[in-house]
Amino acid sequence: MTIRQLSIFLENRVGRLATIAKILGDAGQNIRGLSVADTQDFGILRLIVDNVNEAAAVLRQHDVVCHINEVIAVEVANTPGGLAKVLSVIVNTKINIEYMYAIAEPKTANPVMIFRFSDPQAAGEALRQAGMNIYSEKDLLQG
Amino acid sequence: MTELLMKDFVDRAALERLQLERMQNTLDRVYNNVPFYKQAFDSVGVKPTDLKRLQDLAKFPFTMKSDLRNHYPFGLLASDQKDVVRIHASSGTTGKPTVVCYTQDDLGIWSETMCRTLEAGGLTSRDIVQIGYGYGLFTGGLGVHYGAERLGCAVIPMGGGATEKQLLLIKDFGTTAVCCTPSFFTHLIEVAEKIGLDFRQTKLRVGFFGAEPWTDAMRTFIEEKSGIKAFDIFGLSEIIGPGVSADCEAHNGLHVFEDHFYPEIIDPDTGEVKAPGEEGELVFTTITKQAMPMIRYRTRDISSLAYEKCACGRTLVRMSSVKRRSDDMLIIRGVNLYPSQVESVILDVEGTEPHYQLVVTREKAMDELEIRVEVTPQVFTDEVKVLENLRDLLSAKVKQLIGISAKITLVEPGTIERSVGKAKRVIDLRHS
Repeated sequence: MTIRQLSIFLENRVGRLATIAKILGDAGQNIRGLSVADTQDFGILRLIVDNVNEAAAVLRQHDVVCHINEVIAVEVANTPGGLAKVLSVIVNTKINIEYMYAIAEPKTANPVMIFRFSDPQAAGEALRQAGMNIYSEKDLLQG
Repeated sequence: MTELLMKDFVDRAALERLQLERMQNTLDRVYNNVPFYKQAFDSVGVKPTDLKRLQDLAKFPFTMKSDLRNHYPFGLLASDQKDVVRIHASSGTTGKPTVVCYTQDDLGIWSETMCRTLEAGGLTSRDIVQIGYGYGLFTGGLGVHYGAERLGCAVIPMGGGATEKQLLLIKDFGTTAVCCTPSFFTHLIEVAEKIGLDFRQTKLRVGFFGAEPWTDAMRTFIEEKSGIKAFDIFGLSEIIGPGVSADCEAHNGLHVFEDHFYPEIIDPDTGEVKAPGEEGELVFTTITKQAMPMIRYRTRDISSLAYEKCACGRTLVRMSSVKRRSDDMLIIRGVNLYPSQVESVILDVEGTEPHYQLVVTREKAMDELEIRVEVTPQVFTDEVKVLENLRDLLSAKVKQLIGISAKITLVEPGTIERSVGKAKRVIDLRHS
């Protein structure tokens, strides 16, 4: 039910993002979606890539600090109130949303939201029961 | 126990008689052979014959690094030039290097004290010793080399740098002991991990680390990461090179080879000799060296002396491991700071590694200290908060233990330059 995301430590320095994009590009890894959390001094880059294990391995060879973690990918209706409908399911579960970002999914006209929940498994289950379309890693990346 | 090693367990009364005789001879030699010393002794009205007891040495003037520079290159020679068989020099950051000369007997003393250093760390003639100190004018490489040869070890004269080759030889040659700077060894650990070499699967069991100050926290880091035993070695080229004092199994200070080098601790401001146990600047007088004896040479290193018998049984005085040099001291907004203090703070925090750098700048007449620390995979998660907590924890500990507010900057691994010799811990941009 969850998909794996790659989180990368980024020093706040010119060209770091470009360097990482190049390492992944050279390794044939397509970046499907991304988000950057930044503070004054450093950032965390979060990526959805074709093959998370291979991407992590090639980054580690370049001394890049990264971490694999679980997120939920939910299809959100491309109509007013679409996001509100998803969020209303979560509000009732007392599960926290740590962050979220949208990625493009060519197979559907609807956007796909990536959610990092305090409890990914429980949140995924609640969304599924509410009839939301939750992508598996296979559906999202290989379908 | 070898005959040499027995010298470390000598009766102190006999040792002091020997020291006095040797010191009297040395003072007499330099007074008669070196114009600099004659003038220095005369200027304070003291004669070699005024040394009746060891404590009388306090009446004699100090020798400074600047005295060596002022008499560059051979002005302090006490021997005939034809008896000199080796010349070393330390890199002078301000132009001229500091030159030291050795007679054949001096090289004998040096290899003896270096041999005793390695024996104190448990080496025998069966060991294979890889030398990762630089060879050449620097005393590190050749000093350890001759000592290990004297002990009968198989010596690999690898020299500094060439990290991957060092690892290859450790693995393929079955190196049992390595000698290099502690910062270079942490670099070897890092690269070994990267290429999948586990030191625990090799024959390496002991390391002799010196030429820069390091902390107990660093010893723990090295021992836990690599599974070897880490020994501190101390020396300076003006006195002989490495092999002035040596760590033993007890790790309770370094035993000074007092039958050759006589230590004192002084107040760096007043020059007064301090009592045993008190901290101050370390001063050495060589009492056997021929070519270039040093009388009360000020090392700038901060230490203290303990005369109680060590748990290892050695009777030689112990100097506390040099954690800081008065030359390394930074004064930031009026607070004294040594890089080693920062090292202790960093290594005290779970998951950090000893890759750090201090950057000092001055903005609007205010000194700013930035401590750059590398983030490791162990401390990184997806959460910003975890990194912010790490940064705040380091900042709070620096404030609490050192008393200074510092900006902690978390940087990516590998961005702080790895040293293959002495680590460059401080970048001071205040005067540039």
